[in-house]
Amino acid sequence: MISLTHYLVVSAILFTMGVLGIFMNRKNLIVILMAIELILLAVNLNLVAFSSFLGDLVGQVFAMFVLTVAAGEAAIGLAILVIYFRGRGTISVDDVNRMKG
Amino acid sequence: MSYSMQLLMTLPELVLAAGSIVLMLVAAFGGQASTKLVSWASVALLAGAGIALAGPASTGGVAFGGLFRADAFATFAKVVIYVAAAVSILIAPNFFQRTSGEDLRPEYPVLILLSTVGMGMMVSAGDLLTLYVGLELQSLSAYILASFMRRDTRSAEAGLKYFVLGALASGILLYGISLVYGFAGTTLFGGIAEAYSAGTSGGQHTGLLFGLVFVFAGLAFKMSAVPFHMWTPDVYEGAPTPVTAYFASAPKVAAVAMAVRVAVDAMGPAIFEWRQIVIFASLASIIFGAVAAIGQTNIKRLLAYSSINNVGFALIGLAAGGEEGVASVLLYMAIYVIMTIGGFLVVLQMRGEDGEPIETIASLSGMSRTRPGLAAALAIFMFSLAGIPPLLGFFAKLGVFIAAVHSGLIVFATVGAAASTIGAYYYLKIVKTMYFDDPAPAFAGKTNFVEGGLIAISAVVISPVGWLVLGAMGTWSLVAAKALF
Repeated sequence: MISLTHYLVVSAILFTMGVLGIFMNRKNLIVILMAIELILLAVNLNLVAFSSFLGDLVGQVFAMFVLTVAAGEAAIGLAILVIYFRGRGTISVDDVNRMKG
Repeated sequence: MSYSMQLLMTLPELVLAAGSIVLMLVAAFGGQASTKLVSWASVALLAGAGIALAGPASTGGVAFGGLFRADAFATFAKVVIYVAAAVSILIAPNFFQRTSGEDLRPEYPVLILLSTVGMGMMVSAGDLLTLYVGLELQSLSAYILASFMRRDTRSAEAGLKYFVLGALASGILLYGISLVYGFAGTTLFGGIAEAYSAGTSGGQHTGLLFGLVFVFAGLAFKMSAVPFHMWTPDVYEGAPTPVTAYFASAPKVAAVAMAVRVAVDAMGPAIFEWRQIVIFASLASIIFGAVAAIGQTNIKRLLAYSSINNVGFALIGLAAGGEEGVASVLLYMAIYVIMTIGGFLVVLQMRGEDGEPIETIASLSGMSRTRPGLAAALAIFMFSLAGIPPLLGFFAKLGVFIAAVHSGLIVFATVGAAASTIGAYYYLKIVKTMYFDDPAPAFAGKTNFVEGGLIAISAVVISPVGWLVLGAMGTWSLVAAKALF
């Protein structure tokens, strides 16, 4: 029997992988966009699991909103990536250093 | 409650949302030539939304089954947000004309309007879902605004950094929201407060505690409080100056007001738990913001650290809690917005022969002789940000410290007051550069009528003349704070 805890553990692992993907990745900015998606999907898994175990629909509605916003976010992220690439000719994370910090 | 009454409560947001969609169409069909029309129409819409606040939108109470709250607290924050947004629209056209040689694109005012709708939803949220959607509307517009100068690699990089770190912050906040929802069983603030008050005796449920920590981490990111501040200096430096002025004012007020509402409304019974987080973030922001600003040579980076430092002071009021603490946070943010917009307006006047922006602090050298009026205004803003009486910045700081002392956080208030002297060092260094160093080449070009007028107004409000409105602002912030309790 799969309990709520199993879902929460999987989602926590996915979330951690997403956060690590943003900070440990030194090569490609596209991978960062994928890591952000992973974080949002971990959240969705959480919301849907809770919704099902609580017998409350709000969590599933919330997950729909998160999916929609994630689509908008990905579109804007890719658009910014494109103008960045036009200006610099690279999408390597190590080259994002015109300003110190 | 009737449906039309509930729509009336959301009238400011409806006006702005419908107006920005119409203006988007005007911009699409009119092209570059419509910029002036769209800009002034946007300012008119913001004024209209401000007038709409006078109706049921400020006193109506709860709308749409608790999702939206139209109360005095939201109204106070919205007025500050609308003013800051209108100023950011007014100062943009000249800047873009000078720096990129082409006219401002008409999407700029539309994006500001859309993010203003988002901020209105954030400060009026009565449910985690409204809060999240409002926050994302504000953030998504802000990512585009940061990279608005498409040919400038620094602007694109600022947009990229803001996007990646902002999306991470939203993810962290959302993970916290999912945990709070799961263990409280609802996303309505009232229900969440009940779940937390069940844990006040005998400790909070671990799941709720984790949710609280994640939510506050996400909120700290949006407010740019230490330890989640690392994006601020880069984004503020790279973004076009009018956009930076916008980032430092309106979204900051919205994020702080949203944090106050979540902390008091939804997680009020868990004050013992979140107060530790807020006190840490506050002291770390004050000290780090002050120390890191000392070595800066770029004025926009310096103002970024200054904004981190100021959020630390506003958080003192939140840690104090209670009506007095919340009122002091609102008053602090309102005065901070006037000072910081004034500071950025002066930065806009720093330009070379070809109209290119100059951003080094060294170029301010001897400005008291080349541009005495501008130097005096910047000196007033810097003295006020340093918290030196009789300027308004002093009373803002005084308010949060008094609230902290009244709620028994005396050590905390003392450390904060002591740390504010570190901040005074770099503010006063700018004044010293302007008044006592040998003149550098004067900035080219004249200050235009709109910008000069706005600088004069903000300088006068900050000066002792501002005492005339200080009493009214204080009373109003207290009324706003009462709405939360």
